[in-house]
Amino acid sequence: MTMLQGFQIALHALRLNPLRSFLTMLGIVIGVASIVTVFAIGSGAQLRLQEQIRSIGANVLMITPGAVYQGGVRLKDGSKLTMTEGDVQAILEQIPEIQAAAGSLAGTAQVIHEGKNWNTTINGTTTGHFMVRDWQLASGRYFSGAEESGAGKVVILGSTVARELFAPGDDPIGAQIRIMKVPLEVVGVLDRKGPAQDDVAFVPLSTAKLRFLGSASNINRDSVAYIIAKVAADGQMAGARAEIESLLRQRHRIPAGQEDDFKVQDPAAAMEAQQGAIRTVALLLVAIASVSLLVGGISIMNVMIVSVTERTREIGIRRALGGRMRDIRLQFLCEALVLCLLGGAIGVAGGITLSMTVARMAGWVTSIDGEAIGLALAFSIATGLIFGFYPAHKASRLSPIEALKTE
Amino acid sequence: MTALPLISLRSVSRTYRTDGIAVTAVRNVSFDIAQGEIVAVMGPSGSGKSTLMNMIGLLDLPSEGAVHLEGANVAELSEDRRSSLRARSIGFVFQSYNLLARHNAIENVALPLVYCGVSRAERLARAERSLQAVGMLHRAHHFPRQLSGGEQQRVAIARALIASPLIVLADEPTGALDSRTGAEILALFAALNRTGQTIVMITHDPGIATQCRRTIRLHDGELVSDETVAELLPRRSVAS
Repeated sequence: MTMLQGFQIALHALRLNPLRSFLTMLGIVIGVASIVTVFAIGSGAQLRLQEQIRSIGANVLMITPGAVYQGGVRLKDGSKLTMTEGDVQAILEQIPEIQAAAGSLAGTAQVIHEGKNWNTTINGTTTGHFMVRDWQLASGRYFSGAEESGAGKVVILGSTVARELFAPGDDPIGAQIRIMKVPLEVVGVLDRKGPAQDDVAFVPLSTAKLRFLGSASNINRDSVAYIIAKVAADGQMAGARAEIESLLRQRHRIPAGQEDDFKVQDPAAAMEAQQGAIRTVALLLVAIASVSLLVGGISIMNVMIVSVTERTREIGIRRALGGRMRDIRLQFLCEALVLCLLGGAIGVAGGITLSMTVARMAGWVTSIDGEAIGLALAFSIATGLIFGFYPAHKASRLSPIEALKTE
Repeated sequence: MTALPLISLRSVSRTYRTDGIAVTAVRNVSFDIAQGEIVAVMGPSGSGKSTLMNMIGLLDLPSEGAVHLEGANVAELSEDRRSSLRARSIGFVFQSYNLLARHNAIENVALPLVYCGVSRAERLARAERSLQAVGMLHRAHHFPRQLSGGEQQRVAIARALIASPLIVLADEPTGALDSRTGAEILALFAALNRTGQTIVMITHDPGIATQCRRTIRLHDGELVSDETVAELLPRRSVAS
């Protein structure tokens, strides 16, 4: 008997009892569906983080304001802008490992172009910002020196903003847009970096201060909200970080023993740690889902054992008519395999549906990869072989004479 | 020099051991069956008929002595080889038909060929011819539960014949049938024998035995007589 014939006999037998066959494979269906869903959600979360890490750029340090004391009262982190353009300059000039650095001020505002408008992040910064983040232009140019120093009325758009304000095929370069009633000329459009990053419009730092934030009370002429700096090589991150800390303590005149009024962070490292945590949780969930697969396997073994007992006479007849022990074993193994494979296939379809539903309803990013599906199917084949073997072996060992005597 | 017997039993005994107690079902039985014979094996229940049939049918092996099929000692064959021989050389007919309830007549008839490596198309073609031979082709797609006892037994005979076996082994083939249907089945066997088919029929019914040229009688596992009663056959009696 060939494998194909084994599958034909198995399908015939399973079709006779569709409800029982379905209930038997339910454990596998649930197990495989959970594995596929967990993988989809887990790798979706990983992808989103990876995109964020990529968007920040490699070897980037971020310096944000820390706690400050005013009259003995400890204020919330970031409640006062403690960094200045002077700090940016000092970091660039005095720390050799730093390749590029830029300070930023950011807020949100409505950007308007002809009939269209869009709410986005307005980031006032210098060209250094794009260098730090390895962010290339899709078209146009970065800010010129004159625009940076002279509060030029120019803007560089993220690709999302460009898409929202301009019709496809319309070249934004040279167009006039308005932000808080200030007309600005679009000089550049940035490459895509990821959905979360592309929704932004950049203006020169001086423009942001002079034209948008001039009246804000907690901002002096020199302030920036945060600084990003690019370190030349991966191995220099820790050293550069220490140097920035000591430089800024010196510049901010912080006596020994007192808390820094700034924080230096390695966002990529923090996200990588987060990524590790996601991986751990996903693995844990897969382990739990695997238990369902195990239970599914046991239920298949159980039903197969009952089926062998019920069909003892059939086994006797098949043996008398020339079925070898291995033919009987193959027949029942095929039944278990078909149950598991069918269950696996239904489970994969269910898992894909479930993760797409989760993606739509919870707004999570999910990603269904072939690897997870392959793994789930491999698991169900393995389950079929492992839990089908014992009943099949039992069936093949039946004495044909005894089997023919059973009613 | 006579041709090699199809089946040859030499001092065959079969002892079962259950719970430490040895029970001898067949004791020191010897006989030959030649190609083309129709033989009745008779005896009351418990006389060892079924044990004998299991050994001739390669389902069981003797504890002592030897069973030869076409000169080969079956005890020396592997389990797989004996299974293959069952598929190709032995056609079983059982008292209770033993058709697979979930398969229709033609699938049941084709079943032994599954184990001979025959393609599905050829299996079905041969099953049709076999059903035709027993007059059941019109019921090919009926399931066993839709057939009468006599019809089921005809299907079972078609199944036994499909691989053109050396020997058809029938265990009480009319035991579950009424006398008229039983007579029809016996007539079918007789017709098959006239085409040269070797048949061994196990029965406790003396009426059936009289239809066979040769009768082997068993009692308590021992062979008590082995008679060829050619003179009972009308054609022979006219000729002699």
